[in-house]
Amino acid sequence: MVTIGLTHYLIVSAALFCCGVFVMTTKRNAIGLLIGVELVLNAAALNFVAFDRYIEAARIDGLIAALFVIVLAAAEAAIAVAICINVYKNLASVDVDRANQLNG
Amino acid sequence: MQSRLKDILPLMTIAVLSSVPFALAQSDVTNEAPNVMTAKPAGMVEAVLFYLFAATTIVSALGVCTCKNVVRMAVWLFCTLSSVAVMYFLLAAPFLGAVQLIVYVGGTLILLIFGVMLTGKSPWLRFDIKRGEMIASGVVCLSLFIALSMLLARADWSTSATGVKAGVTVEEIGRVLLSKYVVPFEAAGVLLFIVMVGAAHLARQEKK
Repeated sequence: MVTIGLTHYLIVSAALFCCGVFVMTTKRNAIGLLIGVELVLNAAALNFVAFDRYIEAARIDGLIAALFVIVLAAAEAAIAVAICINVYKNLASVDVDRANQLNG
Repeated sequence: MQSRLKDILPLMTIAVLSSVPFALAQSDVTNEAPNVMTAKPAGMVEAVLFYLFAATTIVSALGVCTCKNVVRMAVWLFCTLSSVAVMYFLLAAPFLGAVQLIVYVGGTLILLIFGVMLTGKSPWLRFDIKRGEMIASGVVCLSLFIALSMLLARADWSTSATGVKAGVTVEEIGRVLLSKYVVPFEAAGVLLFIVMVGAAHLARQEKK
């Protein structure tokens, strides 16, 4: 119980992932969805770092992967906020259920 | 009373988080090789810190789930991201923890809050969801979590030991980033440039 192993971190990361999925499925605000995506990405990065620490073959590679996850998350957030602002300009709302003009 | 509790909880989490530097300075987990640790006391401190920050991570992630107001969600997300940064420190990756704090907490989160402010005054500010959908989603996510943790508890990752090695230094990271990973590194640079131009283009004011 006292020694913290790989499984402990993986379970925390699984909890983060499930919270992220819940946020993505229950929020209708576009920014809220984005927050859910951030949670999921953080879970992934935490997994990478945990494996990097506890598995010898993954030395440094896991860290670099987590670094790229953070970079991509920043890029994704920037673009998504720009898209949200555009949607808001067109529909006067960021409710994702109202953005249905491409529906067939 | 209910809303006052909601106001106080994130602040309490932030207060817990602000004790991190002292705790890390006490335990010295980040810059000491685990295999030369004198076993018991340091491991104990690490375990206590792990459970504390695992709790703050999960509680604040649940806070993100339960809040309806987007600004409150952002505040809870701040707590989650900071706790994950502490997890990186505990995993002997201080560089990544610093990057998480600077880029995520200092950059991405601020961007999200600006997004909230720029899209806030909406005439249709009713983002309620049906109760049935909420319950269905909750059941699915909860069972997903239970299944995942059962799977993880049984899995054998063949770790040679618990916490086998010393932390990776920044020097090593830089060396690897510019040799083995130079192509993804450059690609990330190009991506960030495109993102900068694209975001400015998408969000600019139309001139008519």
